[in-house]
Amino acid sequence: MKSLEELKRIKEQTLKEMDLRQAKERGKVIIAMGTCGIAAGAKDTLMAIIEELEKADIHDVKVVQSGCMGLCDKEPTVEVSMKDQPAVIYGDVNDANARRIVREHVQGGNVVADLVIKRENI
Amino acid sequence: MIRNQLLVCAGGACITSGEKSVKDVLVDELKKNGIEDEVQVIETGCMGACDLGPIVVVYPEGTFYQKVTVKNAGLIVNEHLVKGRTVSELLYTEPTSERKAQTSGDIPFYTRQVKRVLRNCGSIDPLSIEEYIARDGYFALGKALEMTPDDIIQVLVDSGLRGRGGAGFPTGLKWKATREAKGSPKYVVCNGDEGDPGAFMDRSVLEGDPHSIIEAMAIAGYAIGAEQGYMYVRAEYPLAIERFEYAIGKAREYGFLGRDILSAGFNFDIEIRIGAGAFVCGEETALLRSIEGKRGMPSIKPPFPAQSGLWNKPTLINNVETYANIPQIITNGAEWFRSVGSAKSPGTKVFALAGMVQNTGLVEVPMGTTLRELVFDIGGGIPGGKKFKAAQTGGPSGGVITADYLDMPIDFDTVKEIGTIMGSGGLIVLDESSCMVDVAKFYLGFTVDESCGKCTPCREGTRQMYQMMERICDGKGHDGDIEKLTKLANVIRDTSLCGLGQSAPNPVLSTIRFYEDEYRAHIYEKKCPSHVCKHLLTYTVTSDKCVGCTACARQCPVHAITGEVKKIHLIDQSKCTKCGSCYEICRFGAIRKE
Amino acid sequence: METRMLNVKINGRDYQVPDGTTILKAAREYAKIDVPTLCYLEGISEEGACAICVVEVKGARNLQRACVVKVSEGMEVWTNTSRVREARKLNVELLLANHPKDCFTCEKSQICDLRELASELGVREVEFPRTRTELLPLDNTSLSLVRDPNKCVLCRRCVNVCAKVQSVYAIDIMGRGSNSTVSTFLDEGLGNVECVNCGQCLLVCPTGAITERSEIPDVWKALGNPDKVVVVETAPAVRVAIGEEFGMPDGTQATGKMAAALRSLGFDKVFDTDFSADLTIMEEGFELIGRIKNGGVLPLITSCSPGWVKFAETFFPKVLDHVSTCKSPQQMFGTVTKTYWAEKMGIDPRKIVVVSVMPCTAKKFEKERPEMKTAFHYWQEKLGLKDEEAFKDVDCVLTTREAAQMIREAGIDFTNLPDEDFDKPLGESTGAAVIFGATGGVMEAALRTAYEVLTKKSLAKLDFEDVRGLEGIKTADVDIDGTTLKVAVANGLGNARVLMEQVQKGESPYHFIEIMCCPGGCLGGGGQPISDNPDIKQKRAEAIYREDAGKPIRKSHENPEIKDIYKDFLGEPNSEKAHHLLHTEYCDRSCK
Repeated sequence: MKSLEELKRIKEQTLKEMDLRQAKERGKVIIAMGTCGIAAGAKDTLMAIIEELEKADIHDVKVVQSGCMGLCDKEPTVEVSMKDQPAVIYGDVNDANARRIVREHVQGGNVVADLVIKRENI
Repeated sequence: MIRNQLLVCAGGACITSGEKSVKDVLVDELKKNGIEDEVQVIETGCMGACDLGPIVVVYPEGTFYQKVTVKNAGLIVNEHLVKGRTVSELLYTEPTSERKAQTSGDIPFYTRQVKRVLRNCGSIDPLSIEEYIARDGYFALGKALEMTPDDIIQVLVDSGLRGRGGAGFPTGLKWKATREAKGSPKYVVCNGDEGDPGAFMDRSVLEGDPHSIIEAMAIAGYAIGAEQGYMYVRAEYPLAIERFEYAIGKAREYGFLGRDILSAGFNFDIEIRIGAGAFVCGEETALLRSIEGKRGMPSIKPPFPAQSGLWNKPTLINNVETYANIPQIITNGAEWFRSVGSAKSPGTKVFALAGMVQNTGLVEVPMGTTLRELVFDIGGGIPGGKKFKAAQTGGPSGGVITADYLDMPIDFDTVKEIGTIMGSGGLIVLDESSCMVDVAKFYLGFTVDESCGKCTPCREGTRQMYQMMERICDGKGHDGDIEKLTKLANVIRDTSLCGLGQSAPNPVLSTIRFYEDEYRAHIYEKKCPSHVCKHLLTYTVTSDKCVGCTACARQCPVHAITGEVKKIHLIDQSKCTKCGSCYEICRFGAIRKE
Repeated sequence: METRMLNVKINGRDYQVPDGTTILKAAREYAKIDVPTLCYLEGISEEGACAICVVEVKGARNLQRACVVKVSEGMEVWTNTSRVREARKLNVELLLANHPKDCFTCEKSQICDLRELASELGVREVEFPRTRTELLPLDNTSLSLVRDPNKCVLCRRCVNVCAKVQSVYAIDIMGRGSNSTVSTFLDEGLGNVECVNCGQCLLVCPTGAITERSEIPDVWKALGNPDKVVVVETAPAVRVAIGEEFGMPDGTQATGKMAAALRSLGFDKVFDTDFSADLTIMEEGFELIGRIKNGGVLPLITSCSPGWVKFAETFFPKVLDHVSTCKSPQQMFGTVTKTYWAEKMGIDPRKIVVVSVMPCTAKKFEKERPEMKTAFHYWQEKLGLKDEEAFKDVDCVLTTREAAQMIREAGIDFTNLPDEDFDKPLGESTGAAVIFGATGGVMEAALRTAYEVLTKKSLAKLDFEDVRGLEGIKTADVDIDGTTLKVAVANGLGNARVLMEQVQKGESPYHFIEIMCCPGGCLGGGGQPISDNPDIKQKRAEAIYREDAGKPIRKSHENPEIKDIYKDFLGEPNSEKAHHLLHTEYCDRSCK
């Protein structure tokens, strides 16, 4: 370690690893991990979302799990709730759909209409 | 890909309450579920809420699980991480609203604190230098090395930082004096001897954020012109030693210690010196002797360590909490530091909250916070619906703050005015069931044991005082004792060689000042108003409550209780040894203790 | 550089004192006010432990210790306020609470600093009870000294003198707080550690916590036994100090009164260790000459001082071949008495009791060394003695203080006794022997003889001023007929250590070194009267050199009785017989 630049590099790199512990204010993605969800592949959905967020370098959105949302035939279900916007619940979120949701909704700001099963009233 | 991080508090209290086994269960369960690659388990330093341990926090949600045991740790994995269901039974229940707290942000114990010294404790992996760097670690050193030593010292002077070891001497002036002192080489010493019973903030910082101290000591070395630092820490802190040693190794590896640090041509290194845990070695001159390998005994000041310290060379000595403030002051500036706290005591202070209070543990609050906020808002009040009586501060060198002063802002100067000291931040809450004579005796007993024995007043005088206190608590006090105690206390204070002896009478003087009536009750009425002093208790049978069950008579080890079945029993006071077993066994509340 | 003068106000009056002066010195020397002290010993023990010397300093929160706090410009000191008096008195009371109040029977009662302090400060009652519940055991392990930890007030003077002056470090504080005691390594006792028995600790002890192992009862018993021939020998330094015990002025030469008093006590012969000091010079002088001539191990170091000898055996065992093989004068005397004199007088050596009066506590240890039974071995075959009949060369050693105590017990009016002479032949001595009592004396005596033996010329000036005086280390180049003899003299073991480290490294430039264990030499020995006069060593030294100057013979080799003993008994210096009787060997006492 001979310079502040090197120090900064380590900081940036480690911050990514510590990312889960940062306050994430812009929004959160909730994956329903009830028995039904897990059976329908919610684990893969969860990992796909995390991976995709990382790819897109998004660090201000929290990925959390919840229990069953009650829409078992549409599992895996995912709720996206961005700050100051109504929450949206998507159904049948497989790996590919999960990646779409991250890219289009979380990153692009556009609701993925064809996957929506419920929208929160404003 | 990591989707969750489990932060497991590995502070001393959590380790004692089973953190290691809890962690093992978590790791096992993750493996059983095949998610060990997705969920990371990180042990951190102390999270502060020691009576809630072991604590596990799940990120990114920040879910705060408390009192986790080997039996229920598996739920965190199987329910929360696998099924996304919060484990409600492990959440903290806020006692007044009875609401379940999801994150630490919902717990008043945490929300009222201002974490500066403890900012990394419990939120980073203390073994990871990278995590420290990610929290802006070592940037202050980098900044300092671009400043002149005089500028650094000026920032400290402007910040108004005062020594957190107890006396509150302005840190900047100490650095300045050491820088200006003639003599070479100079040394930087960190006092990690933390000897006050109940205080453990220094240990927590060393265990939870060791790099902050290394960074501060390196800055100090640059500022005063020293190339060698010593960390003096007591052998009773094995984990602190282990983590600090590991951190030194990492800091050397990364080039924050060693030669030509950050290409600034500055050399600095740190060695650990382990003390045997004598209280007096927290006194700076005794500590320095101990580092030299000599018997830890204080010497007269002046000369101060700044002029003649380690091996008679100019030496800067500050305590752990003081150092922990330094990097942030360098990074954020003097004004930032002064933005909290009181005018003459800026910044925060870490208190070790203990005793008769709901929430015990480490709390960091701005200087000038009132005792009421500390005890009632953060501490959650007194358990069992009892009344607050006083708070003991400054450990064996301090005194009490009574209920009358609950709303007094606490800082270095205000506490001094009422006869106690800030000390290192031990704060022990006493409720109405505490006997103040007994409390003072306890602390005095501590200093009697810990006196090094060098000077007459401390060695002989505290022992005499202690025996008088014992006599008073045993009901053998007599007229004139209070005056004699006071006279002796004043001479000990006036003529002891070091701070230990000079402050040893404080608990007695302080309790005489505020609770002389309790002393008088012990001496003249042979009564302990709080029913603590065993020899002053009388156990009697209340005739209208006694049903004659004979339980007490059968329990009494000295056969002092007589009475037939279904007849009122009687305690023979001449035989009674006040053991209290009748009081414990009676199911009818018929035994009166007074 | 000129010392800055500081203004100081003491009890309201202005004084000017040099920068660096302590409050204590300022008060005593400038204001002529005595601030009482207990633990303080100038230059040796300046720790501020006892808290007796406290004074009020304007602006200071607490009372200040006058002994260690230095005067600063404009300081205002008050030495006699009620706050000060009360604190001093109370601290003395705290010490007295645990001090055994057996002053009637305490050896030190007449010279006890603690008792004097209590009296000076007007302590009339001790309002504190004893806090130590158990009596601590006496340390009886030493052959020279006895320690009673119950009388110890933990002033640390003994610890400091042992460490700083003698560099022996035999004692230190053990334990903590009110359980702390002065003790030895692992509490094994002075007899089992590196203690060299010098007794400097005893001299500085303010109470009766350290005393010599008394041999008075043994001597009374011998004197009372009609079957014994009891002879006494007195060391050079005793005669210039014993008068102090009887109130005579410091530095009184009391040689004649001492001889008279000892004779009055009932000793059959009153001899003089000075005789064997002359003998030592002959043996040691010739050993030096021999080593120089034959390329022997140099520097040669004197061996008269048993504290020094044990020090060398303990700390410098690898260079013991530098130490002269000569026995000390005391031991030579014992051997000669029980061989030469016994033979000459036709007395059965088993009947002879040799008592020596010494300024020294280490001599009590020395006489018990197992190898110090030469006379027995000399006689064993001749008289057919069994091993178990072995007797020591010297039977009893009394310190100067013990001898004075016996004289007092016997009711002898020491000061008014008419002077008497020593008995012949072992009472004959020279000025060279007398100066053994002062540091540099052995060196000077040896030089007087060596010069004349080597050059066969008579010395014009007998006084070697360079090796006189009380400095710790003195050196001189002595010209002996064109050859330069480099010599050094050390007194006090701390100084000895400096010279010995050079010797150990092979860097010592000297041919001959004199080492005396105690500061000032034997006149400052641990067996001497305890004096509160800071100039006492100087006074005693002056008396010694006066005694030398007044002696008709001042060179050892000119002592007629010495000539006789060589002619009649030993042959010549360093002869085989002399070697057998007057020389000894040393052992490694280091832990390795």
